[in-house]
Amino acid sequence: MRNAFAAEITAISQEDPRVVLLSGDIGNRLFDKFRAQSPERFMNCGVAEANMMGLASGLAMSGLRPVTYTITPFTTTRCFEQIRVDVCYHEVPVIIVGTGSGLSYAGLGPTHHSCEDIALLRSLPGMTVLCPADSWELRALLRAAVKHNGPVYMRIGKKGEPAVHDCLPEVEIGKGLVLEKGTDVCLLSTGNMLPEVVAAAAQLKSQGISPQVVSMHTVKPLDTELLSTVFAEFDVVATVEEHSLIGGLGGAVAEWVVDQPWTPRAKLLRFGCEDMFLHESMEQEHARERFGLTSHNISEQCQDWLARRRAGLRLGAA
Amino acid sequence: MSIALDTSLEEMQAIARRIRGRLVQMSHKAQTPHLASSLSCVDILVAAYWGALAIDADQPHDPLRDRLILSKGHAATTLYAALQARGFFSEEILDSYGTHGSILAEHPSPNSAPGIEAGTGSLGHGLPIGLGMAVAGRIQQQPYRVCVVMSDGECNEGSVWEAAMLAPAQKLERLVAVVDYNKWQATGRSNEVMALEPLVDKFTAFGWSAYETDGHDIAGLVDLLRNVPDGSGKPVAIVAHTVKGKGVSYMEDDNNWHYRIPTEAEVASAHKELGLA
Repeated sequence: MRNAFAAEITAISQEDPRVVLLSGDIGNRLFDKFRAQSPERFMNCGVAEANMMGLASGLAMSGLRPVTYTITPFTTTRCFEQIRVDVCYHEVPVIIVGTGSGLSYAGLGPTHHSCEDIALLRSLPGMTVLCPADSWELRALLRAAVKHNGPVYMRIGKKGEPAVHDCLPEVEIGKGLVLEKGTDVCLLSTGNMLPEVVAAAAQLKSQGISPQVVSMHTVKPLDTELLSTVFAEFDVVATVEEHSLIGGLGGAVAEWVVDQPWTPRAKLLRFGCEDMFLHESMEQEHARERFGLTSHNISEQCQDWLARRRAGLRLGAA
Repeated sequence: MSIALDTSLEEMQAIARRIRGRLVQMSHKAQTPHLASSLSCVDILVAAYWGALAIDADQPHDPLRDRLILSKGHAATTLYAALQARGFFSEEILDSYGTHGSILAEHPSPNSAPGIEAGTGSLGHGLPIGLGMAVAGRIQQQPYRVCVVMSDGECNEGSVWEAAMLAPAQKLERLVAVVDYNKWQATGRSNEVMALEPLVDKFTAFGWSAYETDGHDIAGLVDLLRNVPDGSGKPVAIVAHTVKGKGVSYMEDDNNWHYRIPTEAEVASAHKELGLA
């Protein structure tokens, strides 16, 4: 995803002279083309993220469209105060891009994991939270983010993630992207879990279950129109994210659903990371396994709950 | 953007006295603290607004205007009284300070009143924001200057020194940081709580063109501020030696007035001292 980000922001900067790229001393050679084309609009801000975020706000207050780029925990948890005060309190259009989100950098250890960022960033007034599923969604959402007149947080992966889309999807901030329509289980995926969710959907289909697959690339604002429909029409709705179960997409959906004046038909299942740090060395695949973030576990749990739900409904009817 | 900077030194000194009188009254009326912090930076703001900055109160959003960020947001009353006296908003708005629903809060809120360039209150935010504004001026080829007024206690914040390292690397010669160095922070001497000294040398070592001056010498402040950029190609730091509570004898250098609020009798005696009664 990060190569797609570099290519797309370079292209956008050629069309929009307001775009300024700030890096927190990462992306060696990644932005060579951007720097060659617009040296005055690229700045390596050093390993000083609090200052980078304030600087970005000053640029945005002056009519520019700054995009900050560094490793997710350093551009979210480390400088949360600056995001809150300088960006959100001032309601300025700063685009904060975190790379290596979730468990992407599992092998680098918990200092480089980010399983709290969605929870924190979505608590900020006026903040939009975007989690593209693949390079195609990233490109489309980045274009939408530059046009959006307010703070945006975009949580992206590293490199080499499998693509789910095969072309630039038509995206709208705040609208889930329905990849596959179904009737039994609705899988709401955010960010880089989508390939695993697509695999889970295939496993469900092989069991005669009809899954719906949605890429919830926007966690804030939530697509409440879509949620209203799926909670009324499905027996099981599952959220899947490479993020803590506290406060992520699943948390946001759970908050929303309990506030509704009606009783949902669907049972909500939430797949995400447990409330713990991963102290042992492991790669992303194994970190996901640790938290049950595998297509196999997702499809099994969904089947199990679908059966329980339907048995319960039959009992209720009797 | 050009402006006529024709206010005489005597007029600026009189404006500073009137603003000090106003601050004492505002603190009493609204029952808000930080009066001594407000009093210590009055001359800095008067020198900037009346003697150095290219600003036009009728065009507060002119892209070419010079910017002033009061990074020590707890001295908000000084900013409000100065902007009002400089014509940015009405007496009625200033009078509303501290009342329910007023746009003028205890710390300046973004876009609340004309002339307020940034919302502050949490320390260490003004310099990075001002740095961003200075970079924006360079990108957009608008040769405005950005003046950030900080407190000495504020220099405890790491973000100040992050900005202090980046600004010289970027050769932001139109950025000026003024430290209102009144030697106190909320609960102690600023050079005892943290090793702040040698402050001028710190800025010099970080790559700034650093000056020190008497922060109550309006003429000296005007000269330094008008001289930005100073030809060195570096950002400018002005360490302004001030007295906390300046202008009211029984508040001067008494840190209790960081929090204390004057009584009606104290307001009257302060006004008398300032020659306003």
